[in-house]
Amino acid sequence: MEAESPSGVAGKAAPGFEPKIVAFCCNWCSYAGADLTGVSRMQYSPNIRIIRVMCSGRIEPNFVLRALELGADGVLVAGCHIGDCHYISGNKEAEKQIARTARLLEILGVDKRRLRLEWISASEGQKFANTVNAFTKEVRELGPAGYGRK
Amino acid sequence: MSEKVIRRIIQDTHAFDCVECGKCTSVCPMTRHKKDFAPRLIVVKSMDSPSVEKLARERDLWACTTCGQCASMCPYKVDYTEFIRALRAEGAMLDVTPDCSQGGLLHSMMRVMAKGDLEQDRLGWAKPPLEVAEKGDIYHFTGCSRHMAQVFVGRQGIDIGSVPESAVRIMNAAGVVPAVSKSEVCCGHDLNWVGDEDNFARLVDRNVAAISATGARTVVFTCPEGLRTFSKDYPLVAEGELPFKAVHISELMVQWIKEGKLRFRETTGKVTYHDACRLGRHMGVYDPPREVLKAIPGLELAEMENIREKCLCCGVSGWISCDADTKLLQMDKLMEAKRTGADTMLTFCPKCQLHLHCAQADKVPVDRALIDIPVNDFTVFVANRLEEKG
Ligand code: SF4
Ligand code: SF4
Repeated sequence: MEAESPSGVAGKAAPGFEPKIVAFCCNWCSYAGADLTGVSRMQYSPNIRIIRVMCSGRIEPNFVLRALELGADGVLVAGCHIGDCHYISGNKEAEKQIARTARLLEILGVDKRRLRLEWISASEGQKFANTVNAFTKEVRELGPAGYGRK
Repeated sequence: MSEKVIRRIIQDTHAFDCVECGKCTSVCPMTRHKKDFAPRLIVVKSMDSPSVEKLARERDLWACTTCGQCASMCPYKVDYTEFIRALRAEGAMLDVTPDCSQGGLLHSMMRVMAKGDLEQDRLGWAKPPLEVAEKGDIYHFTGCSRHMAQVFVGRQGIDIGSVPESAVRIMNAAGVVPAVSKSEVCCGHDLNWVGDEDNFARLVDRNVAAISATGARTVVFTCPEGLRTFSKDYPLVAEGELPFKAVHISELMVQWIKEGKLRFRETTGKVTYHDACRLGRHMGVYDPPREVLKAIPGLELAEMENIREKCLCCGVSGWISCDADTKLLQMDKLMEAKRTGADTMLTFCPKCQLHLHCAQADKVPVDRALIDIPVNDFTVFVANRLEEKG
């Protein structure tokens, strides 16, 4: 169900539009959190495609831009809570990187609400489901990003 | 199929005219450091086994910096840079893409600009006392230096983020209020040189429309890549004739200095000037930047050993193939600059600045004292030395 009119600008939601969302989850907390969501049989929006990374600090601006360029409507980055990073400070790096990327999106004119950073631990299955649902709803309202068209 | 394509490219770029004198190889900066690399070898290989796919999967097609040294020396005017570009475009059609620095971030940004409906913050810097207009005879192409500055935010000593405002300060001082446009997008240089012709064409259309809407007849560039792309590549892609001509800001500055419109403060110090390949070898703009520097009272210009057509390369072009050999090229460049005894090296190209900064920040294979010379932007440097209006 591809919506026709692409738009990076908020407020132009297309009826029947279902966003594609890429979620980068860190191996140690958020990916395990996503697992718990599934094992606990909690329902969440099927709009996300999870990519496991070793650490949220691995996410560079190009990951986000590349996802958008290939047709994603939103990008979620999820990592361990501050203080819990398996590599001590990777998530602090992620915070910096995502802020830097958000500013880049602003200069480019891409709505920065299309990028979200969340901390989700391995025990927070419910939080994972809630985050995905809320983010999907927000991106659905923003409408199609439209950078992936051929 | 492949054979025909390769044959056409060889013909178009006059590679058949080669008399094997070897001059191209002797000046190629890549040949200095890369084993078995020579511009002619790529042509020979393409004739021996005429497969675009095979060539595009090899190192050499992407290792060339398209600096144009070879073409500038060739007595028979073989156009290797175009040979390389055309072959890359054929490779791109087969989905063979190079390894790009920053994971292709710049190329992704350009594709987003080519395809999206964007509410750009391109002109956030254009605030009073700077004067810009929506329409006018002279258009200022602001370019992507702010985007690049944001990618490298936090690195010390990089000043490319203030290039657009510096250019406007200079123009305003000369009494010119340039038109600018929020709908302007990246010129597409890097996409063109990785062979992504479709998205390049989209950017061309967008820019031609945005600039035409201002009514401008002259487009002013600070960035050498933008100038080259608008002058040489846009006419091949745009529909119909371009309604404007592209000029470099240094050419206008020389004119304004002669007319007495642009004056500078007394300055002390010594600078050296790096001829970015797109501005020098590709566009032939060698003298105007030097004349501008000479017009700044008290400033000394110390030239490097290799300048103008022979100017050494910053090591990377099109944001492709940055590797260990690139770093060696950059060492050559920086050591030459340092030997002049100048306090800083100036260049118009934001990417030359980034590349050389990056080389200095890395582990270096030489004594650090031999390469520690600041690399700064020409436009910013000049704007900071304008005579204060009383
Ligand atoms: S363009 Fe530059 S790097 Fe490429 S072959 Fe010619 S001289 Fe060598
Ligand atoms: S400089 Fe020109 S003629 Fe000489 S070897 Fe190179 S391509 Fe051939």
